[in-house]
Amino acid sequence: MTAAAPSGSRLRGTPARRRNEGAVKGVLVAVSGLSVLVSAGIVLSLIFEAIQFLGSIELPQLFADGWFPRRGMFSIPTVVGGSIMVTLIAMAVAAPIGLASAIYLAEYARPRTRKIVKPMLEILAGIPSVVLGFFALTIINPVVVRGLFPDAKASTLLAAGLGVGILIIPLVASVSEDAMRAVPQSLREASYGLGARRITTSLRVVLPAAVSGVVAALILAASRAVGETMIVALAAGATAGSLFTLDPLGPGQTLTGAMASLAAGSDNVTGDSSAFLSLFFLGFLLFVITLGLNLLGDVFVRRTRQRY
Amino acid sequence: MSTTQAVTSATVARSLRGKRVDVVGYVFTAVLLFSLLFTLAILAVLVGDQLQRGVPVFLERGGDFLTSPLSSRPDRAGVIQGIVGTAMLGVMVALLAFPVGILTAVYLEEYAPANAVTRFIDVNIRNLAGVPSVVYGLLGLAAFVGFFSALGVGNGRNVLSGGLTLAVLILPLVIITSAEAIRAVPNTIREAGYGIGASRWQVVRRLVLPSAAPGILTGTVLALSRALGETAPLILAGAVLGSFSTAGGIDDLFAGPYTALPMIVFDWARKPQEEFRALTSAAILVLLAVTILANAVAIFLRNRYDRTW
Repeated sequence: MTAAAPSGSRLRGTPARRRNEGAVKGVLVAVSGLSVLVSAGIVLSLIFEAIQFLGSIELPQLFADGWFPRRGMFSIPTVVGGSIMVTLIAMAVAAPIGLASAIYLAEYARPRTRKIVKPMLEILAGIPSVVLGFFALTIINPVVVRGLFPDAKASTLLAAGLGVGILIIPLVASVSEDAMRAVPQSLREASYGLGARRITTSLRVVLPAAVSGVVAALILAASRAVGETMIVALAAGATAGSLFTLDPLGPGQTLTGAMASLAAGSDNVTGDSSAFLSLFFLGFLLFVITLGLNLLGDVFVRRTRQRY
Repeated sequence: MSTTQAVTSATVARSLRGKRVDVVGYVFTAVLLFSLLFTLAILAVLVGDQLQRGVPVFLERGGDFLTSPLSSRPDRAGVIQGIVGTAMLGVMVALLAFPVGILTAVYLEEYAPANAVTRFIDVNIRNLAGVPSVVYGLLGLAAFVGFFSALGVGNGRNVLSGGLTLAVLILPLVIITSAEAIRAVPNTIREAGYGIGASRWQVVRRLVLPSAAPGILTGTVLALSRALGETAPLILAGAVLGSFSTAGGIDDLFAGPYTALPMIVFDWARKPQEEFRALTSAAILVLLAVTILANAVAIFLRNRYDRTW
């Protein structure tokens, strides 16, 4: 990682200096170990309580008609189905818009435009998700969703999905823009030299060359969408629970939404009750799903780096 | 002769220009531009909507909104407890996550041998950065709330648990951005240091860290801004939803109930009364002032001190 320090007996330094260096290194090693400790802590706390949860219920309860933790109904299909719906809607918004923005910024925009637009995208990325949740609740659902579908409910999975989509647009845009800008200029020049138009160069040369990075951006964005909590908690509606539903125009429950509503009413959900323990089971499911997506995304990121 | 030449060059020019207007190209450009403008328009509508609803609250109540405690009565409710909570969380995160994160980055970039253990730590950190924030809340609930309640510090649901949870949450982010900044420092600078007899730690402390400081600072400020806007982990790590009051002693500040600005936004956003809509927007404006300010500082720092070696 670094240039080797000079070696040899004369260059080893005084004992005090070497003691000093050793101490510094010891501190650094100890501090770095913390990150491993944190991961271990997360995994252990999730696994132990999740197993305890599974031990405290009957298996059919996991496939009840809906997710009503206080009534002992812990339907996994309900919460996972809701999460999948929200993620699909979010990706349907964020993938085309984010990708188009990325192509514009990487291939079309003048440097001055980029300099103005990129910080604004970063500000959008920095807006707390609870604010977007409120936005989804007060603007997206009443104005957009109910404007298009008058028979939609007061809170809908669609509004939550659109809100999450807005949240991940900057992520899709910035990661895929980085991937496209990493494509060597010579490829573009070769394409223009053959007489290709800008659109042809962007879509047939740059995009295929950057495809690993773009796929990585989409996977990481999906992982982010699955794990997003506050927008769903505010805009998807089902605070007490929900029957199994995939209807985007009605309220629904997701992995994260179920966790938030359990914890937000946590005064009476404590200790060893199954409802309390189900928090950790949901967290474990969520952890496994996002970890899988992130590892998959990492594979694609690494492939981009190796290409050129 | 000269007419032939003119005709020829005109033909060449026309054929180079293409015979038809590039309709598809124009439409494509328009679609791309529209997507980008659409994104920026959402940002404008979002902020404008909060301003429209929130500013009247400030006009009517003035500083009173900022200095009043939480209340179930909309005309009395204020955000002072959220401001105090968010400030305390911010200080805790800065004190805990920044030194640990930066030192870990120094170890990984400057000291760690390139072996399997280092690679494991590296992969581990990158995966931690992708863990949803709500899962960190579970860690906070299981580890920190449990720890403090076992120690007898209140019921464990205090600002210490919240601060530790948020610090752990942004730790991977701080490590990754700091490591990138350190990696960007060219090796020639280190070699110059070693060349005049500096030890490894001297090189790191006197040469590498000062050169990487702008990048590290930008990354840490962004991470702090992210922490201050987080809600989900705080819900699990025991921040209070709804109003509460404390005796106001210094031990109550640390061991008693606490809340934060995003928690207040979440709580009020769920209330059905119309008056709380306006209050929510006003609270959002306070929250956005904090996070956007932090973001702007980070962007400014990066543009001001951005160096290519």
